[in-house]
Amino acid sequence: MKVFSPAGRALSSGRAASWWLLGPGVLWMGLLFFLPLCLVVVISFAGRGTYGGIVWSFSLANYLDLLHPLYARILGQSILLAAGTTLLCLIMGFPLAYYIARTAPRRQGIWLLLVMIPFWTNFLVRTYAWMFILRTEGLLNTILLKLGLIATPVELLYSNTAVVIGLVYGYLPFMVLPLYVALERVDRTLVEAAWDLYATRWAVLWRIILPLARPGIMAGCLLVFIPSLGAFLTPDLLGGARSMMIGNLIQHEFLVARDWPLGAAISCLLMLFVVGMMGWSFRASSPLSQRKQEL
Amino acid sequence: MKQAGGWLWRVSLANLFFLYGPIAVLILFSFNASRLSATWQGWSLQWYRALWADQALLDAAGNSLWVATVSTVLALLLGVGLAVGLEGLPGRRQRQIEQALLLLPLVIPEVMMGVSLLLLFVLVQIPLSLTTVILGHALFNVPVVMIVVRARLRRLDPRLVEAAADLGASYWGALRHVTIPLLKPAILGAGLMAFTISLDDFIVTFFTAGPGATTLPLKVYSMIKSGMSPEINALSALFVMVSMGLIGFSLVLQRR
Repeated sequence: MKVFSPAGRALSSGRAASWWLLGPGVLWMGLLFFLPLCLVVVISFAGRGTYGGIVWSFSLANYLDLLHPLYARILGQSILLAAGTTLLCLIMGFPLAYYIARTAPRRQGIWLLLVMIPFWTNFLVRTYAWMFILRTEGLLNTILLKLGLIATPVELLYSNTAVVIGLVYGYLPFMVLPLYVALERVDRTLVEAAWDLYATRWAVLWRIILPLARPGIMAGCLLVFIPSLGAFLTPDLLGGARSMMIGNLIQHEFLVARDWPLGAAISCLLMLFVVGMMGWSFRASSPLSQRKQEL
Repeated sequence: MKQAGGWLWRVSLANLFFLYGPIAVLILFSFNASRLSATWQGWSLQWYRALWADQALLDAAGNSLWVATVSTVLALLLGVGLAVGLEGLPGRRQRQIEQALLLLPLVIPEVMMGVSLLLLFVLVQIPLSLTTVILGHALFNVPVVMIVVRARLRRLDPRLVEAAADLGASYWGALRHVTIPLLKPAILGAGLMAFTISLDDFIVTFFTAGPGATTLPLKVYSMIKSGMSPEINALSALFVMVSMGLIGFSLVLQRR
Protein backbone atom coordinates (compact mmCIF):
# COMPACT_ATOMS: atom_id res chain seq x y z
CA MET A 1 0.00 0.00 0.00
CA LYS A 2 2.73 2.38 -0.99
CA VAL A 3 0.24 4.81 -2.45
CA PHE A 4 -0.34 6.29 0.99
CA SER A 5 3.32 6.89 1.76
CA PRO A 6 4.93 10.19 0.74
CA ALA A 7 7.31 8.22 -1.49
CA GLY A 8 4.37 6.71 -3.34
CA ARG A 9 2.83 10.11 -3.90
CA ALA A 10 6.11 11.51 -5.20
CA LEU A 11 6.54 8.57 -7.54
CA SER A 12 3.04 8.71 -8.98
CA SER A 13 3.28 12.45 -9.61
CA GLY A 14 6.62 11.58 -11.17
CA ARG A 15 4.93 10.01 -14.19
CA ALA A 16 3.44 13.35 -15.24
CA ALA A 17 6.60 15.23 -14.32
CA SER A 18 8.65 12.82 -16.45
CA TRP A 19 6.73 13.94 -19.49
CA TRP A 20 7.43 17.59 -18.67
CA LEU A 21 11.14 16.74 -18.67
CA LEU A 22 10.96 14.59 -21.79
CA GLY A 23 8.67 16.86 -23.77
CA PRO A 24 11.10 19.52 -24.99
CA GLY A 25 13.70 16.94 -26.03
CA VAL A 26 11.18 14.75 -27.84
CA LEU A 27 9.74 17.81 -29.60
CA TRP A 28 13.24 18.99 -30.54
CA MET A 29 14.25 15.65 -32.02
CA GLY A 30 10.89 15.40 -33.78
CA LEU A 31 11.17 18.82 -35.41
CA LEU A 32 14.86 18.74 -36.31
CA PHE A 33 15.48 15.04 -36.89
CA PHE A 34 12.33 13.15 -37.87
CA LEU A 35 10.49 15.92 -39.72
CA PRO A 36 13.52 16.68 -41.98
CA LEU A 37 13.95 12.97 -42.75
CA CYS A 38 10.28 12.82 -43.74
CA LEU A 39 10.81 15.87 -45.95
CA VAL A 40 13.66 14.07 -47.70
CA VAL A 41 11.37 11.12 -48.39
CA VAL A 42 8.58 13.36 -49.71
CA ILE A 43 10.89 15.39 -51.95
CA SER A 44 12.48 12.27 -53.40
CA PHE A 45 9.18 11.76 -55.23
CA ALA A 46 8.92 15.37 -56.44
CA GLY A 47 10.20 16.84 -59.69
CA ARG A 48 12.94 19.34 -60.43
CA GLY A 49 12.17 22.83 -61.73
CA THR A 50 14.09 24.40 -64.59
CA TYR A 51 16.18 26.57 -62.28
CA GLY A 52 16.79 23.96 -59.61
CA GLY A 53 13.64 24.49 -57.53
CA ILE A 54 11.22 21.78 -56.47
CA VAL A 55 8.12 21.01 -58.51
CA TRP A 56 5.48 19.38 -56.32
CA SER A 57 4.37 16.36 -58.24
CA PHE A 58 4.47 12.64 -57.67
CA SER A 59 6.71 10.45 -59.78
CA LEU A 60 9.22 7.65 -59.47
CA ALA A 61 11.48 9.34 -62.03
CA ASN A 62 14.24 10.11 -59.53
CA TYR A 63 14.48 6.50 -58.46
CA LEU A 64 14.50 5.31 -62.06
CA ASP A 65 17.33 7.78 -62.73
CA LEU A 66 19.41 5.93 -60.16
CA LEU A 67 19.48 2.92 -62.47
CA HIS A 68 21.60 4.97 -64.89
CA PRO A 69 25.05 3.31 -65.21
CA LEU A 70 26.78 6.45 -63.95
CA TYR A 71 24.91 6.39 -60.63
CA ALA A 72 24.80 2.62 -60.40
CA ARG A 73 28.59 2.56 -60.67
CA ILE A 74 29.00 5.02 -57.80
CA LEU A 75 26.54 3.06 -55.65
CA GLY A 76 28.30 -0.23 -56.41
CA GLN A 77 31.72 1.27 -55.78
CA SER A 78 30.59 2.69 -52.44
CA ILE A 79 29.43 -0.74 -51.33
CA LEU A 80 32.72 -2.31 -52.45
CA LEU A 81 34.87 0.32 -50.72
CA ALA A 82 32.81 0.07 -47.53
CA ALA A 83 32.99 -3.74 -47.60
CA GLY A 84 36.77 -3.65 -48.15
CA THR A 85 37.14 -1.21 -45.26
CA THR A 86 35.06 -3.46 -43.02
CA LEU A 87 37.11 -6.54 -43.89
CA LEU A 88 40.42 -4.75 -43.28
CA CYS A 89 39.18 -3.37 -39.96
CA LEU A 90 38.16 -6.89 -38.93
CA ILE A 91 41.55 -8.37 -39.88
CA MET A 92 43.47 -5.61 -38.11
CA GLY A 93 41.11 -5.16 -35.18
CA PHE A 94 40.59 -8.79 -34.23
CA PRO A 95 44.12 -9.53 -32.95
CA LEU A 96 44.12 -6.21 -31.10
CA ALA A 97 40.73 -6.85 -29.48
CA TYR A 98 41.82 -10.40 -28.59
CA TYR A 99 45.02 -9.12 -27.03
CA ILE A 100 43.15 -6.51 -24.96
CA ALA A 101 40.57 -9.07 -23.82
CA ARG A 102 43.32 -11.43 -22.63
CA THR A 103 45.65 -8.91 -21.01
CA ALA A 104 45.59 -8.17 -17.28
CA PRO A 105 42.28 -6.47 -16.36
CA ARG A 106 43.97 -3.40 -14.90
CA ARG A 107 45.70 -2.77 -18.24
CA GLN A 108 42.56 -3.30 -20.35
CA GLY A 109 41.15 0.12 -19.51
CA ILE A 110 44.30 1.89 -20.69
CA TRP A 111 44.39 -0.06 -23.96
CA LEU A 112 40.72 0.71 -24.65
CA LEU A 113 41.33 4.37 -23.91
CA LEU A 114 44.29 4.38 -26.31
CA VAL A 115 42.08 2.90 -29.02
CA MET A 116 39.31 5.45 -28.40
CA ILE A 117 41.35 8.67 -28.10
CA PRO A 118 42.10 9.10 -31.84
CA PHE A 119 38.39 8.70 -32.50
CA TRP A 120 37.76 11.79 -30.38
CA THR A 121 40.10 14.00 -32.35
CA ASN A 122 38.93 15.98 -35.36
CA PHE A 123 38.12 13.71 -38.30
CA LEU A 124 38.97 16.40 -40.84
CA VAL A 125 42.40 16.87 -39.30
CA ARG A 126 43.06 13.12 -39.17
CA THR A 127 42.16 12.81 -42.83
CA TYR A 128 44.45 15.73 -43.61
CA ALA A 129 47.29 13.90 -41.84
CA TRP A 130 47.00 11.16 -44.45
CA MET A 131 47.11 13.72 -47.26
CA PHE A 132 50.32 14.99 -45.74
CA ILE A 133 51.77 11.47 -45.66
CA LEU A 134 50.51 10.09 -48.98
CA ARG A 135 50.76 12.97 -51.46
CA THR A 136 53.42 13.01 -54.16
CA GLU A 137 55.73 15.39 -52.22
CA GLY A 138 54.52 13.84 -48.97
CA LEU A 139 56.31 12.16 -46.12
CA LEU A 140 56.11 8.58 -47.41
CA ASN A 141 57.50 9.44 -50.84
CA THR A 142 60.22 11.60 -49.28
CA ILE A 143 61.33 8.75 -47.03
CA LEU A 144 61.16 6.10 -49.77
CA LEU A 145 63.18 8.34 -52.11
CA LYS A 146 65.81 9.03 -49.44
CA LEU A 147 66.15 5.32 -48.75
CA GLY A 148 66.54 4.69 -52.45
CA LEU A 149 63.63 2.23 -52.52
CA ILE A 150 61.95 4.10 -55.36
CA ALA A 151 63.41 6.28 -58.10
CA THR A 152 60.38 8.48 -58.78
CA PRO A 153 57.57 9.45 -56.39
CA VAL A 154 54.59 7.08 -56.32
CA GLU A 155 51.09 8.45 -56.86
CA LEU A 156 49.33 7.29 -53.70
CA LEU A 157 46.90 10.05 -52.90
CA TYR A 158 43.66 10.55 -54.85
CA SER A 159 42.98 6.85 -55.31
CA ASN A 160 40.63 4.19 -53.98
CA THR A 161 43.51 2.79 -51.93
CA ALA A 162 43.91 6.12 -50.17
CA VAL A 163 40.16 6.22 -49.48
CA VAL A 164 40.20 2.76 -47.90
CA ILE A 165 43.27 3.67 -45.79
CA GLY A 166 41.47 6.80 -44.59
CA LEU A 167 38.25 4.92 -43.80
CA VAL A 168 40.04 2.11 -41.94
CA TYR A 169 41.95 4.73 -40.00
CA GLY A 170 38.74 6.54 -39.07
CA TYR A 171 36.58 3.58 -38.11
CA LEU A 172 38.98 0.98 -36.67
CA PRO A 173 37.94 1.89 -33.07
CA PHE A 174 34.32 1.02 -33.96
CA MET A 175 35.45 -2.50 -34.80
CA VAL A 176 37.73 -3.01 -31.81
CA LEU A 177 35.24 -2.04 -29.09
CA PRO A 178 32.41 -4.51 -29.82
CA LEU A 179 34.97 -7.24 -30.63
CA TYR A 180 36.60 -6.65 -27.27
CA VAL A 181 33.25 -6.87 -25.48
CA ALA A 182 32.46 -10.19 -27.17
CA LEU A 183 35.95 -11.70 -26.77
CA GLU A 184 36.16 -10.68 -23.15
CA ARG A 185 33.07 -12.79 -22.47
CA VAL A 186 34.47 -15.92 -24.15
CA ASP A 187 34.91 -18.51 -21.43
CA ARG A 188 38.63 -19.23 -21.08
CA THR A 189 38.01 -22.75 -19.83
CA LEU A 190 36.44 -23.68 -23.19
CA VAL A 191 39.61 -22.59 -24.97
CA GLU A 192 41.74 -24.50 -22.49
CA ALA A 193 39.58 -27.59 -22.91
CA ALA A 194 40.13 -27.42 -26.68
CA TRP A 195 43.89 -27.19 -26.12
CA ASP A 196 43.75 -30.17 -23.78
CA LEU A 197 41.96 -32.13 -26.48
CA TYR A 198 44.84 -31.40 -28.87
CA ALA A 199 42.98 -28.90 -31.08
CA THR A 200 45.27 -27.00 -33.41
CA ARG A 201 45.56 -23.24 -33.10
CA TRP A 202 43.30 -22.77 -36.14
CA ALA A 203 40.71 -25.19 -34.82
CA VAL A 204 40.53 -23.24 -31.56
CA LEU A 205 40.08 -20.01 -33.48
CA TRP A 206 37.55 -21.29 -36.03
CA ARG A 207 35.51 -23.65 -33.88
CA ILE A 208 35.59 -22.07 -30.44
CA ILE A 209 36.52 -18.39 -30.43
CA LEU A 210 34.93 -17.14 -33.67
CA PRO A 211 31.50 -18.74 -33.10
CA LEU A 212 31.38 -17.38 -29.55
CA ALA A 213 32.47 -13.90 -30.69
CA ARG A 214 29.91 -13.79 -33.50
CA PRO A 215 27.62 -11.10 -32.01
CA GLY A 216 30.64 -8.84 -31.52
CA ILE A 217 31.91 -9.47 -35.03
CA MET A 218 28.51 -8.62 -36.48
CA ALA A 219 28.17 -5.46 -34.40
CA GLY A 220 31.69 -4.34 -35.30
CA CYS A 221 31.18 -4.95 -39.01
CA LEU A 222 27.91 -3.03 -38.95
CA LEU A 223 29.40 -0.12 -37.04
CA VAL A 224 32.23 0.16 -39.58
CA PHE A 225 30.20 -0.57 -42.71
CA ILE A 226 27.41 1.97 -42.12
CA PRO A 227 29.54 5.09 -41.63
CA SER A 228 31.95 3.96 -44.39
CA LEU A 229 29.05 3.63 -46.81
CA GLY A 230 27.87 7.15 -46.01
CA ALA A 231 31.35 8.66 -45.90
CA PHE A 232 31.79 12.09 -47.40
CA LEU A 233 34.98 13.70 -46.16
CA THR A 234 37.38 10.78 -46.74
CA PRO A 235 36.57 10.22 -50.44
CA ASP A 236 36.30 13.99 -50.90
CA LEU A 237 39.84 14.63 -49.66
CA LEU A 238 41.71 11.38 -50.33
CA GLY A 239 39.82 10.07 -53.34
CA GLY A 240 40.43 10.81 -56.98
CA ALA A 241 37.99 11.88 -59.64
CA ARG A 242 36.74 8.30 -59.91
CA SER A 243 36.54 7.53 -56.17
CA MET A 244 33.18 9.25 -55.64
CA MET A 245 30.98 7.60 -53.01
CA ILE A 246 27.27 7.93 -52.16
CA GLY A 247 27.95 10.74 -49.67
CA ASN A 248 29.76 12.77 -52.31
CA LEU A 249 27.01 12.14 -54.82
CA ILE A 250 24.39 13.41 -52.34
CA GLN A 251 26.47 16.50 -51.62
CA HIS A 252 27.00 17.06 -55.35
CA GLU A 253 23.29 16.86 -56.15
CA PHE A 254 22.32 19.18 -53.31
CA LEU A 255 25.05 21.83 -53.40
CA VAL A 256 26.52 21.71 -56.92
CA ALA A 257 23.99 20.30 -59.40
CA ARG A 258 21.04 21.69 -57.35
CA ASP A 259 18.91 18.69 -58.26
CA TRP A 260 17.35 18.30 -54.81
CA PRO A 261 14.75 15.66 -55.67
CA LEU A 262 17.43 13.38 -57.11
CA GLY A 263 19.70 14.07 -54.12
CA ALA A 264 16.78 13.20 -51.85
CA ALA A 265 16.17 9.93 -53.72
CA ILE A 266 19.82 8.91 -53.27
CA SER A 267 19.56 9.85 -49.57
CA CYS A 268 16.46 7.68 -49.21
CA LEU A 269 18.26 4.75 -50.79
CA LEU A 270 21.15 5.17 -48.33
CA MET A 271 18.73 5.49 -45.42
CA LEU A 272 16.85 2.37 -46.52
CA PHE A 273 20.13 0.49 -46.63
CA VAL A 274 21.17 1.65 -43.17
CA VAL A 275 17.81 1.06 -41.49
CA GLY A 276 17.43 -2.29 -43.26
CA MET A 277 20.80 -3.52 -42.07
CA MET A 278 20.09 -2.34 -38.54
CA GLY A 279 16.76 -4.10 -38.51
CA TRP A 280 18.36 -7.27 -39.82
CA SER A 281 21.07 -7.19 -37.17
CA PHE A 282 18.52 -6.54 -34.43
CA ARG A 283 16.66 -9.62 -35.46
CA ALA A 284 19.84 -11.71 -35.68
CA SER A 285 20.85 -10.72 -32.16
CA SER A 286 20.98 -7.48 -30.27
CA PRO A 287 24.57 -6.41 -30.77
CA LEU A 288 23.95 -2.68 -31.10
CA SER A 289 22.75 -2.44 -27.55
CA GLN A 290 26.26 -3.44 -26.52
CA ARG A 291 27.79 -0.45 -28.20
CA LYS A 292 25.58 1.96 -26.34
CA GLN A 293 26.99 0.75 -23.05
CA GLU A 294 30.49 1.01 -24.42
CA LEU A 295 30.19 4.61 -25.47
CA MET B 1 47.12 -19.29 -26.71
CA LYS B 2 50.39 -18.73 -24.94
CA GLN B 3 52.52 -19.40 -28.04
CA ALA B 4 50.76 -16.60 -29.89
CA GLY B 5 51.21 -14.08 -27.07
CA GLY B 6 54.25 -12.29 -28.46
CA TRP B 7 52.77 -12.19 -31.92
CA LEU B 8 49.49 -10.70 -30.67
CA TRP B 9 51.37 -8.07 -28.71
CA ARG B 10 53.35 -7.02 -31.74
CA VAL B 11 50.23 -6.78 -33.93
CA SER B 12 48.50 -4.72 -31.24
CA LEU B 13 51.43 -2.32 -31.07
CA ALA B 14 51.37 -2.05 -34.87
CA ASN B 15 47.68 -1.10 -34.61
CA LEU B 16 48.48 1.64 -32.12
CA PHE B 17 51.28 2.84 -34.38
CA PHE B 18 48.79 3.02 -37.23
CA LEU B 19 46.36 5.02 -35.04
CA TYR B 20 48.87 7.44 -33.56
CA GLY B 21 51.57 7.68 -36.25
CA PRO B 22 49.76 10.14 -38.53
CA ILE B 23 48.73 12.37 -35.62
CA ALA B 24 52.31 12.37 -34.26
CA VAL B 25 53.72 13.19 -37.71
CA LEU B 26 51.29 16.07 -38.06
CA ILE B 27 52.21 17.57 -34.69
CA LEU B 28 55.94 17.08 -35.30
CA PHE B 29 55.92 18.73 -38.71
CA SER B 30 53.91 21.70 -37.46
CA PHE B 31 57.18 22.75 -35.77
CA ASN B 32 59.19 22.29 -38.96
CA ALA B 33 61.09 25.36 -40.20
CA SER B 34 60.81 24.34 -43.86
CA ARG B 35 58.04 25.48 -46.16
CA LEU B 36 58.55 22.31 -48.22
CA SER B 37 56.74 20.62 -45.45
CA ALA B 38 57.87 16.98 -45.78
CA THR B 39 61.60 17.55 -45.22
CA TRP B 40 62.84 18.40 -41.75
CA GLN B 41 64.84 21.60 -41.41
CA GLY B 42 64.89 22.33 -37.72
CA TRP B 43 62.46 23.58 -35.09
CA SER B 44 60.38 26.69 -35.51
CA LEU B 45 57.22 28.27 -34.16
CA GLN B 46 56.72 30.49 -37.19
CA TRP B 47 53.58 28.69 -38.45
CA TYR B 48 51.87 29.15 -35.10
CA ARG B 49 52.79 32.83 -35.22
CA ALA B 50 51.35 33.02 -38.74
CA LEU B 51 48.05 31.59 -37.42
CA TRP B 52 47.88 34.23 -34.71
CA ALA B 53 48.27 36.98 -37.32
CA ASP B 54 45.44 35.68 -39.54
CA GLN B 55 42.34 37.74 -38.72
CA ALA B 56 39.93 35.56 -40.75
CA LEU B 57 41.13 32.55 -38.79
CA LEU B 58 40.62 34.27 -35.45
CA ASP B 59 37.10 35.25 -36.52
CA ALA B 60 36.40 31.63 -37.45
CA ALA B 61 37.72 30.52 -34.05
CA GLY B 62 35.40 33.02 -32.39
CA ASN B 63 32.45 31.65 -34.38
CA SER B 64 33.38 28.09 -33.43
CA LEU B 65 33.54 28.92 -29.73
CA TRP B 66 30.17 30.72 -29.85
CA VAL B 67 28.48 27.85 -31.73
CA ALA B 68 30.00 25.23 -29.41
CA THR B 69 28.99 27.12 -26.26
CA VAL B 70 25.37 27.83 -27.20
CA SER B 71 24.74 24.42 -28.77
CA THR B 72 26.24 22.65 -25.74
CA VAL B 73 23.98 24.55 -23.32
CA LEU B 74 20.96 23.68 -25.49
CA ALA B 75 21.96 20.02 -25.82
CA LEU B 76 22.52 19.79 -22.05
CA LEU B 77 19.10 21.25 -21.20
CA LEU B 78 17.30 18.93 -23.63
CA GLY B 79 19.50 15.86 -23.14
CA VAL B 80 19.51 15.88 -19.34
CA GLY B 81 15.73 16.36 -19.40
CA LEU B 82 15.37 13.36 -21.68
CA ALA B 83 17.71 11.18 -19.63
CA VAL B 84 16.03 11.97 -16.30
CA GLY B 85 12.52 11.93 -17.73
CA LEU B 86 13.01 8.50 -19.28
CA GLU B 87 13.70 7.00 -15.85
CA GLY B 88 10.11 7.76 -14.81
CA LEU B 89 8.56 5.77 -17.67
CA PRO B 90 7.75 2.06 -17.74
CA GLY B 91 10.57 -0.11 -19.13
CA ARG B 92 9.01 -0.93 -22.49
CA ARG B 93 8.17 2.69 -23.32
CA GLN B 94 11.69 3.67 -22.20
CA ARG B 95 13.27 1.32 -24.70
CA GLN B 96 11.04 2.51 -27.54
CA ILE B 97 11.89 6.17 -27.00
CA GLU B 98 15.53 5.36 -26.42
CA GLN B 99 15.83 3.43 -29.67
CA ALA B 100 14.15 6.15 -31.70
CA LEU B 101 15.97 9.09 -30.14
CA LEU B 102 19.36 7.54 -29.48
CA LEU B 103 20.10 4.81 -31.92
CA LEU B 104 18.76 6.30 -35.12
CA PRO B 105 20.54 9.68 -34.90
CA LEU B 106 23.78 7.89 -34.02
CA VAL B 107 23.77 5.50 -36.97
CA ILE B 108 22.27 7.71 -39.69
CA PRO B 109 25.19 8.91 -41.85
CA GLU B 110 26.08 12.48 -41.00
CA VAL B 111 25.65 13.59 -44.60
CA MET B 112 21.97 12.65 -44.31
CA MET B 113 21.58 14.73 -41.20
CA GLY B 114 23.20 17.71 -42.92
CA VAL B 115 21.14 17.39 -46.08
CA SER B 116 17.82 16.92 -44.29
CA LEU B 117 18.46 19.96 -42.07
CA LEU B 118 19.36 22.02 -45.14
CA LEU B 119 16.07 20.97 -46.74
CA LEU B 120 14.10 21.89 -43.62
CA PHE B 121 15.71 25.32 -43.28
CA VAL B 122 15.22 26.17 -46.93
CA LEU B 123 11.59 24.96 -47.06
CA VAL B 124 10.65 26.78 -43.84
CA GLN B 125 12.61 29.78 -45.13
CA ILE B 126 15.00 30.15 -42.24
CA PRO B 127 18.09 31.85 -43.71
CA LEU B 128 21.30 29.88 -43.19
CA SER B 129 23.54 31.51 -40.60
CA LEU B 130 25.41 30.70 -37.40
CA THR B 131 22.00 30.13 -35.76
CA THR B 132 21.14 27.28 -38.11
CA VAL B 133 24.57 25.77 -37.37
CA ILE B 134 23.82 25.99 -33.64
CA LEU B 135 20.48 24.21 -34.18
CA GLY B 136 22.25 21.44 -36.12
CA HIS B 137 24.93 20.96 -33.48
CA ALA B 138 22.40 20.92 -30.65
CA LEU B 139 20.59 18.21 -32.64
CA PHE B 140 23.45 15.71 -32.88
CA ASN B 141 24.63 16.44 -29.36
CA VAL B 142 21.33 15.66 -27.60
CA PRO B 143 21.83 11.86 -27.98
CA VAL B 144 25.45 12.20 -26.80
CA VAL B 145 24.38 13.99 -23.61
CA MET B 146 21.60 11.45 -23.15
CA ILE B 147 23.99 8.48 -23.33
CA VAL B 148 26.48 9.89 -20.84
CA VAL B 149 23.88 11.05 -18.31
CA ARG B 150 21.84 7.83 -18.55
CA ALA B 151 24.96 5.74 -17.92
CA ARG B 152 25.47 7.68 -14.70
CA LEU B 153 21.77 7.54 -13.71
CA ARG B 154 21.82 3.75 -13.94
CA ARG B 155 24.62 3.61 -11.39
CA LEU B 156 22.87 5.89 -8.89
CA ASP B 157 21.43 4.32 -5.79
CA PRO B 158 17.62 4.54 -6.23
CA ARG B 159 17.23 4.51 -2.45
CA LEU B 160 18.59 8.05 -2.29
CA VAL B 161 15.64 9.45 -4.23
CA GLU B 162 13.21 7.21 -2.31
CA ALA B 163 14.67 8.49 0.96
CA ALA B 164 14.17 12.07 -0.21
CA ALA B 165 10.56 11.26 -1.09
CA ASP B 166 10.03 9.58 2.29
CA LEU B 167 11.26 12.75 3.93
CA GLY B 168 8.53 14.66 2.11
CA ALA B 169 10.39 15.94 -0.93
CA SER B 170 8.28 16.44 -4.04
CA TYR B 171 9.40 14.99 -7.39
CA TRP B 172 10.92 18.34 -8.37
CA GLY B 173 12.46 18.80 -4.92
CA ALA B 174 14.15 15.40 -5.06
CA LEU B 175 15.32 16.15 -8.56
CA ARG B 176 16.80 19.50 -7.60
CA HIS B 177 18.38 18.54 -4.29
CA VAL B 178 19.33 14.90 -4.83
CA THR B 179 19.43 13.71 -8.45
CA ILE B 180 20.96 16.74 -10.17
CA PRO B 181 23.76 17.25 -7.62
CA LEU B 182 24.65 13.56 -7.92
CA LEU B 183 24.65 13.83 -11.70
CA LYS B 184 26.87 16.91 -11.74
CA PRO B 185 30.13 15.19 -12.80
CA ALA B 186 28.30 13.33 -15.59
CA ILE B 187 26.59 16.53 -16.76
CA LEU B 188 29.93 18.35 -16.85
CA GLY B 189 31.55 15.43 -18.66
CA ALA B 190 28.71 15.28 -21.19
CA GLY B 191 28.97 19.05 -21.69
CA LEU B 192 32.70 18.86 -22.41
CA MET B 193 32.13 16.01 -24.83
CA ALA B 194 29.34 17.87 -26.65
CA PHE B 195 31.51 20.99 -26.74
CA THR B 196 34.39 19.07 -28.33
CA ILE B 197 32.15 17.35 -30.88
CA SER B 198 30.65 20.70 -31.85
CA LEU B 199 34.09 22.29 -32.13
CA ASP B 200 35.23 19.42 -34.38
CA ASP B 201 32.15 19.03 -36.55
CA PHE B 202 32.53 19.57 -40.25
CA ILE B 203 29.73 17.84 -42.15
CA VAL B 204 26.58 19.18 -40.49
CA THR B 205 28.21 22.63 -40.35
CA PHE B 206 29.11 22.40 -44.03
CA PHE B 207 25.44 21.96 -44.98
CA THR B 208 23.85 24.36 -42.49
CA ALA B 209 26.25 27.32 -42.50
CA GLY B 210 25.28 30.41 -44.42
CA PRO B 211 27.66 32.82 -46.11
CA GLY B 212 29.97 34.46 -43.59
CA ALA B 213 29.18 31.85 -40.93
CA THR B 214 32.60 30.21 -41.12
CA THR B 215 33.67 27.96 -38.27
CA LEU B 216 37.20 26.71 -37.74
CA PRO B 217 36.71 23.28 -39.43
CA LEU B 218 35.12 24.99 -42.46
CA LYS B 219 38.16 27.27 -42.59
CA VAL B 220 40.55 24.29 -42.36
CA TYR B 221 38.63 22.56 -45.15
CA SER B 222 38.87 25.55 -47.49
CA MET B 223 42.57 25.92 -46.65
CA ILE B 224 43.17 22.23 -47.50
CA LYS B 225 41.17 22.56 -50.72
CA SER B 226 43.21 25.57 -51.84
CA GLY B 227 46.51 23.76 -51.34
CA MET B 228 48.82 22.40 -48.67
CA SER B 229 50.67 24.77 -46.39
CA PRO B 230 52.53 24.41 -43.10
CA GLU B 231 49.96 26.71 -41.46
CA ILE B 232 47.40 23.91 -41.83
CA ASN B 233 49.76 21.58 -39.96
CA ALA B 234 49.99 24.07 -37.09
CA LEU B 235 46.23 24.60 -37.00
CA SER B 236 45.60 20.82 -37.14
CA ALA B 237 48.09 20.18 -34.36
CA LEU B 238 46.31 22.75 -32.18
CA PHE B 239 42.99 21.09 -32.98
CA VAL B 240 44.25 17.65 -32.00
CA MET B 241 45.75 18.88 -28.74
CA VAL B 242 42.63 20.84 -27.71
CA SER B 243 40.26 17.93 -28.52
CA MET B 244 42.40 15.39 -26.72
CA GLY B 245 42.68 17.65 -23.67
CA LEU B 246 38.94 18.30 -23.51
CA ILE B 247 37.99 14.66 -24.06
CA GLY B 248 40.55 13.46 -21.52
CA PHE B 249 39.09 15.86 -18.95
CA SER B 250 35.57 14.75 -19.84
CA LEU B 251 36.40 11.06 -19.40
CA VAL B 252 37.97 11.77 -15.99
CA LEU B 253 34.76 13.52 -14.93
CA GLN B 254 32.62 10.61 -16.15
CA ARG B 255 34.66 8.07 -14.20
CA ARG B 256 34.02 9.82 -10.91
